[in-house]
Amino acid sequence: MRVPLSWLREYAALGSDVAAGEVARRLTAAGLEVETVEAVGQDISGVVVGLVTAIEELSGFRKPVRYCQVDDGSGTPRGVICGAANFSVGDRVPLALPGAVLPGGFEITARKTYGHVSDGMICSARELAIGDDHTGILVLAPDAQLGADFVEYAGLADHVLDIAVTPDRGYALSIRGVARELATAYGVPYRDPAEQDLPADVAAESADVWQARIEDASACDRFVLREVRGIDPAAPTPLRMRIRLARAGMRSVSLAVDVTNYLMLELGQPLHAFDGSALAGPVVVRRARAGERLETLDHVVRDLDPDDILITDSSGPLSLAGTMGGVTSEVSETSTHLVIEAAHFSARGTARMSRRHRLSSEASYRFERGVDRELPLRASARAASMLAALGGGTIVPGCSHAQAEVPTVTITMAVDYPDRVAGRVYGQATVARRLREVGCAVVEPDLGAAEAGEAGGSGTEAAPGPGERATGRFARHEHGRHNRGKLRFTVTPPSWRPDLVNPSDLAEEVIRLEGYENIPVRSPRAAAGQGLTSRQRLRRTIGRSLAESGYVEVLSQPFVSAADIDRLGAPEGDPRRRAVRVANPLSEDEPLLRTTLLPGLLRVLARNIGRGSADVGLYEIGPVFRLRSSGPGVAPILRVDRGPAVAEITELNGALPDQPLRVAAVLAGEREQSGWWGEGRAAGWQDAIQAARDVLAISRAPSRITEGTPAPWHPGRCAALFVTVDGDEVLAGHAGELHPRVVSEFKVPARTCAMELDLSAILAAASLAGPEQAPRISAYPVATLDVALVVAESVAAADVEAALIDGARAADGAAGLLEQVRLFDVYVGEQVGAGRKSLAYTLRLRADDRTLTTEETEAVRDAAVAEATRRVGAVLRGAA
Amino acid sequence: MSAPNKQYDPVEVAALSAEAVAAARDEALAAIAAARSLDDLKAVRVAHAGDRSALALANAEIGALPPQARAEAGKRVGAARRDVAQALSQRQEVLESERDRRVLEEERVDVTLPWDRAPRGAEHPVTMTSQRLTDVFVAMGYEVAEGPEVEAEWYNFDALNFPPDHPAREMQDTFFVAGPEASARSGIVLRTHTSPVQIRAMLTRPLPLYVVSPGKCFRSDALDATHSPVFHQIECLAVDEGLTMADLRGAINAFVEAMFGEGLRTRLRPDFFPFTEPSADVSMECHVCRGASTRPGGAPCRVCRSQGWIEIAGCGMVNPKVLVACGIDPDRYSGFAFGLGIERSLMIRHGVTDIRDTLEGDVRFSRAFGMEI
Repeated sequence: MRVPLSWLREYAALGSDVAAGEVARRLTAAGLEVETVEAVGQDISGVVVGLVTAIEELSGFRKPVRYCQVDDGSGTPRGVICGAANFSVGDRVPLALPGAVLPGGFEITARKTYGHVSDGMICSARELAIGDDHTGILVLAPDAQLGADFVEYAGLADHVLDIAVTPDRGYALSIRGVARELATAYGVPYRDPAEQDLPADVAAESADVWQARIEDASACDRFVLREVRGIDPAAPTPLRMRIRLARAGMRSVSLAVDVTNYLMLELGQPLHAFDGSALAGPVVVRRARAGERLETLDHVVRDLDPDDILITDSSGPLSLAGTMGGVTSEVSETSTHLVIEAAHFSARGTARMSRRHRLSSEASYRFERGVDRELPLRASARAASMLAALGGGTIVPGCSHAQAEVPTVTITMAVDYPDRVAGRVYGQATVARRLREVGCAVVEPDLGAAEAGEAGGSGTEAAPGPGERATGRFARHEHGRHNRGKLRFTVTPPSWRPDLVNPSDLAEEVIRLEGYENIPVRSPRAAAGQGLTSRQRLRRTIGRSLAESGYVEVLSQPFVSAADIDRLGAPEGDPRRRAVRVANPLSEDEPLLRTTLLPGLLRVLARNIGRGSADVGLYEIGPVFRLRSSGPGVAPILRVDRGPAVAEITELNGALPDQPLRVAAVLAGEREQSGWWGEGRAAGWQDAIQAARDVLAISRAPSRITEGTPAPWHPGRCAALFVTVDGDEVLAGHAGELHPRVVSEFKVPARTCAMELDLSAILAAASLAGPEQAPRISAYPVATLDVALVVAESVAAADVEAALIDGARAADGAAGLLEQVRLFDVYVGEQVGAGRKSLAYTLRLRADDRTLTTEETEAVRDAAVAEATRRVGAVLRGAA
Repeated sequence: MSAPNKQYDPVEVAALSAEAVAAARDEALAAIAAARSLDDLKAVRVAHAGDRSALALANAEIGALPPQARAEAGKRVGAARRDVAQALSQRQEVLESERDRRVLEEERVDVTLPWDRAPRGAEHPVTMTSQRLTDVFVAMGYEVAEGPEVEAEWYNFDALNFPPDHPAREMQDTFFVAGPEASARSGIVLRTHTSPVQIRAMLTRPLPLYVVSPGKCFRSDALDATHSPVFHQIECLAVDEGLTMADLRGAINAFVEAMFGEGLRTRLRPDFFPFTEPSADVSMECHVCRGASTRPGGAPCRVCRSQGWIEIAGCGMVNPKVLVACGIDPDRYSGFAFGLGIERSLMIRHGVTDIRDTLEGDVRFSRAFGMEI
């Protein structure tokens, strides 16, 4: 909301020495955040009110040009060239004299042009920065004093405050509301603009005025029409009004429109003027009927929804209530008969309509945020009187007034409630005074008790005040265990504050007016927290570990396209195809939420490579989103006037998609870089699989690795990893090299590798692992035995290793002699024959209590080998 | 009277004369001193201390002397041999240490050569900032509460006192999740803030309640230097008996000091959030200029744009309506909450000027922050 300071001063009796910056600071401190303060009209000098005494039309130029004689008040006319033609001899105009400075530091000098010396310039509204009108020069009122300084005459020097009004403070979308806050902030008198220039009986009704009716009280609870006849449609809008409209960011259109806009800005009441000659029959406020249509002022023909609130007459819809007028009844340049509408429409109804039609106007913006229900009679009366005065019309006395009963809101609040919210004592008198400054009617419990309360006394026993039994939603405060204050206020908020409904709303008013800076500070008392959970710690550790092993964390955007899933090569029915769809995506190309982390990571990988970072490993930890097998859910909207039942919560949570946490990594380029030390090593499937194994190792979840093949992996270079949860083995994820087709689809380097694991499953498995039990560290010597086993090439090393371990364990029983099995060589070649490979292992054996004998160690080794032979057909190399 | 020693040989005795022993010793000492290398010294040792050396031979002669002369000659030769042995060992030590020095000198390398064979990894600065902010709260006894990113509207709005169709709801530029039928609303959104976690915490945890919830949020803002459709927030929630705005201010101050620096002042100004009442925005004294840029003659400050204050968070007392929606008795319990944007915090603390840097995943950006923030 853009607010000229001069307008505020009209209603808040601010000292003339108060600076705009200080006003901004005080308003901000009171909750009206002033975003900018703009000095306007201060950079204009040397412009005077001039009188056009003669006009010579020049010919022979490409456009019409006039050479005018303009009296600057000295009695001697100046010759001035002007390209506009909207003025005549005898008109008064703003005349910039040579040496004048216009907004933006634009200096005027006498110069020769079109064959004459132009000894100054006649200005348009735009040149004076008081509007965007540049179609003609600004013609002033005939009573403008010749030779007067234009800046002074027009009251141009001002400050404009741009205030960000929060949605709860609809009243502050007006000069009326802001001036009230300003008067309170400075403790100076306030004049309510809604109470100025009213007829003796503002509510007087008359059958002579166009009749109005409310058909749906849920749509509108007050509707007022007034009529003005015989308006001169060409009557100009007074200069000062135009300037204020321009400063507030509104365009001057016509007197009728300007007056309604002006009063909306000043009072906060949106007004609408109909061309009375276009109306037929009584005006009715009702909901739309099926099939109705309306062409609004923006020339859009709108299909109406039965929920839309309409102003209608016997011909059908006239306008969208409180949102935008229709073209059929629009005030035009020939309208002389105006019917002025001022109403109080449902905030929610206006909001829904505005949203439905994607149509936000100054009016709907205000109705959504709450308009004072007491304004329509007053604002319409002022509009009628201004239009009659400025447009030379006649007011039809009285008004048409339809209304629905609205219950009064009263709030019962413990006297010390604001104290308990703020953590300091304000005292009853202060609380009552502040609430009255806001505009509330406050019934205090007892005057004597009030003084005692002010003195900080508590526990005063007083007879219940007159407001004690007032009903209200928070009447339960009377029984609150922590309701120390036994005295209560009965507060009736003012009509312009529909946002005040609860004691907490009132407390906020008191506390903000008393100043947030005066709230004390109490040092925190430590809560008995238990720190991070083991899952939260584990998640951190996994991320940190990946970072320490050279991966860079990425937080990629979760929006993907169906094509991304196609590019991965996921088959029909794959869970990665059960994507959640965003109804209003930023990009229609990416309407889905990720079901896997890989597309996002691959995109970031390609971006990094494109930017010249060739050797990149990336990881991400985050949720993916998958529809439940039942499809998209619908979450109910539960009540908010009490806590939900367990079943309600279950239903709510059950409607949400699955959101398992996943961890993924991708890598390309060199895993070990080339350098002065020699050749590097390209990143490979081994690195990706090791990253996955590291995650599992850190989690300590029991796990197993095997060959896997699903998309998007290279079918021969993909590992599947499993964890055991509650005795059941579940798939944790895959790792390895990506399929060459996937690599080319995502435009990442050949042999790009990746891994992706279900971190939720791993965390669940890990949480069952319990604390690690310490190994016994024996000081006896280690016995080392090497075995080379020849197996078929298809046999997995992990299976051979598992067989060796199981065989050794079976042989040494509970002694646990096998300390470690480590694969140290893999050989494929002639010596072992085609289709076979040799795996060489070192077995490290050790006892807790003695040095092992050769017989003992060889017995373990032989048992281990025998088990490998039994399970995977391993043959001791050299023994075959 | 004793008879003269018949075996006495004047020639042989000459080798044991004081002069001869001294000469042999001096010759040996000179040779030792002249040895330039361990090999030289080895030859010298053979020549002057070996079995065939003059002093060794002289020593062998001692037995031929008359008994009365033996003691003296033995003493003389023994002293000379000890001198030579000592000189040899000293020289050996010197030459060995010279050799060692030379060898180590030859093994010298350029220790400033880089050895960055393994690429450097990094956690995302948003993650690290989030963890750091979280840890400040955890140290104050708060526990970390979490909630889903795809969230029911009821948690995200209704329970937080955003009435249906209220402008406050519309201000949040919400991504809505499609329902089973294209036209019908699903009641599910991408959470627009971390505040729904407050509701989840109040519904599931025992009171009193002190939780902090960091997490990802979504708003349908087009991406530019200061807006992102995906961003992170962290907020804390305390619900207990007798909590007041004074407690809120205390928690904010403790947090700001821990995160941005000792003694930084904070300022609350009225604001509006449906789920808190009263509500405020929080500014802190600029941690860089500490207000100096606003004083006459003060150097301009880029961080606070010479305002002296930086807006960092929103806060307030939990709206009693929110407590009611969570089944908490607002007459007994009160609460406070405050939250801030993690990217914003990163921008303030680390001079990040373009929020896109936090989204694009350029490794140069994250690596710059290393492993601790």
